[in-house]
Amino acid sequence: METFFFSLLNGVIYGLLLFMLSSGLTLIFSMMGVLNFAHASFYMLGAYFAYTIGSVTGFWIALFLAPILVGLAGAGVERWGLRKVHTNGHLAELLFTFGLAYLIDELVKIIWGKIPVPYEIPAALDFPLFTLFGAQYPAYRIFMLVVSIAMLAGLWFLLKRTRAGLIIQAALTHPHMVGHLGHNVPRVFMIVFGFGCALAGLAGVIGGNYLVTEPAMALSIGPIVFVVVVVGGMGSLEGAFIASLLIGLLQTFAISIDTTFAEIFAFTGLSPLSDLGRISIASLAPMLPFLLLVLVLMIRPRGLMGEREI
Amino acid sequence: MTDTLSISLAPSQSEKFRTRVLPFLIMAAVLVVIPLTGPSRTTYSLLNAIGINMVFALSYNMLLGRAGLLSFGHAVYFGLGGYAAMHAMQAIETGTGLWSIFPVFALPLVGFAGGALAGAVIGWPSCRRAGIPFAMISLGLAELVAAAGFMFTSLFGGEEGVSGDRMNGPELFGLSLGPINEVYWFIAAWTLIGTVAMFAFTRTPLGKMGEAVRDNPERVEFVGYDPQRVRYLIFIFAGGFAGLAGGMAAVNYEIFTPETLSVIPSGFVLLMAYVGGIRYFAGPMLGAVLLTYMQSNLSDFTEAWLLYLGLLFMMIVMFAPSGLAGVLVSISQGLQSPDRRDILGRWARYAAGALLAFTGIVITIEVAVRESSGFGEVFEPFGFALAPDNPVTWLLALGLVGAGGWVMRSSGSDKEEASS
Repeated sequence: METFFFSLLNGVIYGLLLFMLSSGLTLIFSMMGVLNFAHASFYMLGAYFAYTIGSVTGFWIALFLAPILVGLAGAGVERWGLRKVHTNGHLAELLFTFGLAYLIDELVKIIWGKIPVPYEIPAALDFPLFTLFGAQYPAYRIFMLVVSIAMLAGLWFLLKRTRAGLIIQAALTHPHMVGHLGHNVPRVFMIVFGFGCALAGLAGVIGGNYLVTEPAMALSIGPIVFVVVVVGGMGSLEGAFIASLLIGLLQTFAISIDTTFAEIFAFTGLSPLSDLGRISIASLAPMLPFLLLVLVLMIRPRGLMGEREI
Repeated sequence: MTDTLSISLAPSQSEKFRTRVLPFLIMAAVLVVIPLTGPSRTTYSLLNAIGINMVFALSYNMLLGRAGLLSFGHAVYFGLGGYAAMHAMQAIETGTGLWSIFPVFALPLVGFAGGALAGAVIGWPSCRRAGIPFAMISLGLAELVAAAGFMFTSLFGGEEGVSGDRMNGPELFGLSLGPINEVYWFIAAWTLIGTVAMFAFTRTPLGKMGEAVRDNPERVEFVGYDPQRVRYLIFIFAGGFAGLAGGMAAVNYEIFTPETLSVIPSGFVLLMAYVGGIRYFAGPMLGAVLLTYMQSNLSDFTEAWLLYLGLLFMMIVMFAPSGLAGVLVSISQGLQSPDRRDILGRWARYAAGALLAFTGIVITIEVAVRESSGFGEVFEPFGFALAPDNPVTWLLALGLVGAGGWVMRSSGSDKEEASS
């Protein structure tokens, strides 16, 4: 019961963090057709910016400043890089972001070094909030939950209740029509790209000190964010939300299960010493998202709630 | 009776020889001449690595350049083929049954079989669609196979991998494959065989249909072919040739680790093929030579060589999508055009500008790298000490980038005026 409750809470928090990353990517992907390989690199930049800014001004100012800076960097990349490549087709755009991810990784290694930086949870939030079943629950995780839900509400309000959101929603499904109606589509693209990167940056700010801030953090989470976007479906933020929670819960629960294949399939006489028998559910956890990705692409290529095929 | 002139559009015999046979004769001649120059051990090991990467990059281009399939998991087939060859090498060492008469020289064939088999199993679900779904499936499968590689230790050897000894079994062509110069002949022979075979593949009906599927899958369906099937068959062959390169690597390095299956070597082969130029057959070979050289030599000079690689790749994607081969082709076309003096002058100015800007960027990067490594080392090109706290350093770097950018812009605007 206790494991279940903690896994549930941790899974939801991890899932919401994934959603913060993937919501921006879904917007960018659906509108521009670009699967931004560098998206997780912007998440990493968010964490590093927050570390550097935070060491001067403290965490609370960095919480606002770092995502804005990341968003500006993203908008700049769109304006002076991606837009040039756009005429050469989606393949060139995908490769551009692939190279950009490479470049940001290397730049981060040069500027901040190859080892993790000591980006820590602010002292004001570093205390156990409540005790459940005899175990303490850190306040910072609840803070992450609050920030994620606030972002979710803000995003929902922006997209469903404002005029800008209306245009973005229209551009998600009918980008050409929006252009025909006289909107400056390249500018909408730039703003959405920057906004999406800012959300990734925010995820980096609150996730960097919860996980580890190191140069490999982009590479470790990047492919999972793709899985969320593809599984959720093109043009569907709701799908991305469900997929994020699904993967967050799936991974967190799998890690807490120590059962090995030999124990599950004992009736087949599988030896606990064989390679297959030794595999535990917990060690499968990092593979589950990719299994899900391959299955979804094979069985239902438009994803859980996608409105059109990729 | 008609007396219309029949004009043959087919290339003449001499033309066929010049474009289809001569390049391979030259390649073979170069491969034979290289050992006569008496290369050192390090040169030999670099050449062997280049040969392996050439075949690997060409097999990748069967997918990306010829069939329009962007894969992020091609190293899976390289690795599985290599593992198949590695286990075969161990079987040769034990020397039971058929393996006692199997020469190590022929191990790349085992690699080919392993890679093609893996392609046949994994390819079926992935080849249903081209484009981004294909790329995503290849990425997901690469992650799965790489993770499985670390789990099944009896097959993949866990962290330390599987190793073997190539000096066993019957000798072929009098090569014991012990010393590195004998391994060179092995690599050279298989590089040539792989290259010729992959070129021949582009001339087969299947190779041609692959290009048709890349350009217009709908039309291919109208003509009566199944695009999914064409992609699948090409995928199997591409996997096979990647496995061939894996078999060459197994003999050359005598060890294979699960890291070779991961997404990082898959990304590297993508860089090799794209930097070289995916629209030309020889492009990936060019990319393999350049990137392997950079990997082994540039990494001695600078810590930031991956950054330079990333910059090179971005420049190619943004300004020369046809790769280095495309740049070479357009230079040779420029040399043959009537107003070559104008064109060459403009290019020379453009190149000079690019060189200036590049120098500035190099100074910035190198100074920054030395500052961040924290050993207090100072970047001293040609005896000029460029300290990070010296304003001259930054003025020089910024000035060079600015001047280079200006020269490039001005020669670029000339180009637009000339074309309008």
